[in-house]
Amino acid sequence: MSINHHISDELLLRYASGELAEGWSLAVATHLALCPSCRQRLSKMETIGGALLENISTGAASDDAWARMRRRMDKADVRVSQPMEDHRQAGRAEPILPEPLRSYLGGDIDSLKWRSLGMGAYQIPIRLADTSTIARLLRIPAGKPVPEHGHAGQELTLVLAGSFRDGSDVFARGDLEEADASLTHQPLASEGEDCICLAVTDAPLKFKSWLVRLIQPVLGI
Amino acid sequence: MDESDQEQPTDDMSGLLVSVGLNRDVEAFEVLFRHYAPRVKAYMARLSRDGTAAEELMQETMMVVWNKAAQFEPSRGTVSTWIYTIARNVRVDVYRRTKRPEFDLNDPAFVQDDAAPADKAFEAFQEAERLRRAMAALPAEQLDLLKRSFYEDSSHSAIAEALSIPLGTVKSRIRLAFAKLRAALEER
Ligand SMILES: [Zn+2]
Repeated sequence: MSINHHISDELLLRYASGELAEGWSLAVATHLALCPSCRQRLSKMETIGGALLENISTGAASDDAWARMRRRMDKADVRVSQPMEDHRQAGRAEPILPEPLRSYLGGDIDSLKWRSLGMGAYQIPIRLADTSTIARLLRIPAGKPVPEHGHAGQELTLVLAGSFRDGSDVFARGDLEEADASLTHQPLASEGEDCICLAVTDAPLKFKSWLVRLIQPVLGI
Repeated sequence: MDESDQEQPTDDMSGLLVSVGLNRDVEAFEVLFRHYAPRVKAYMARLSRDGTAAEELMQETMMVVWNKAAQFEPSRGTVSTWIYTIARNVRVDVYRRTKRPEFDLNDPAFVQDDAAPADKAFEAFQEAERLRRAMAALPAEQLDLLKRSFYEDSSHSAIAEALSIPLGTVKSRIRLAFAKLRAALEER
């Protein structure tokens, strides 16, 4: 498998520094699960973060801080965690959906309950604790356009099965498309196989005024 | 400032942390604590500007270091990198009130690295040394932007606004700084 569309430096840096909201992070982390080369870039950024931590100028640790730590250690010494166990099971088929996405959906592709979007397309909304983004899994029938595509803000699309074409670019499993409002695009699922992708967008603006809220669906904002 | 402490070689730290993982070595942990606790607290303080919260988040982070020391692998990187990622995750958990979405090395769908995992502990140590030198050689404004992107909860455009410099300048300075550090990391 070769991935052609990777995580941009800015996005990866924001993930490395812990600033990226949950929805975007979900797409980034799922791409990372499939992409050794982006993991290598991430690990370099984390090394830089570690070096910055090492170079921070500070005073010495207070004895008081250490005493507090000792008390906590004494209390907590029962729940020591061990090296992580290997959950790989020989002979089982590889899931289509990698972690962390699979846990967010509660299972792999064949256990999902799709909801129709019309025109043969399906979606599954993904529950996030963070409300600034919206994430969902989309299934677009082969040869059909990706629905609901007027987006105002940022958008990340990660392909998990099949592929889509956007202009002259083809996005297949593992490819990540970063788009913003300035990009006019018309993704189209490729022929032959349904395209399953994770789509993350900015949450629509919530207006306080009841009047604006009332006409919001009419204006489509 | 405790200048003498600054010079603590990273591979010693690595040995100490391994000993904490293997033997629940309290003395080794105390050395690590005295070195890293003030740094983690300063890191947290830059993000929250609240001394009490920073102290609390530092204690939380060092507690995770104590509990998870057995998971530290010197071949994957230095102690400072490992503690940095823990501090960052503690901060995400607390401020965003969500677990940080992360890949799982043991997931059957996880695509393994092509290269066979060799013993990379020494390599990681050398890498950290090269990085430290490259960082010291960075122009002040590039280092400043790098720190801001790691320590402040702000996008490149928010940083540009805060410093009243064009977004393009922020991006190009960060890109330059990264290119230099990355080149230092890729030297052989
Ligand atoms: Zn990648």
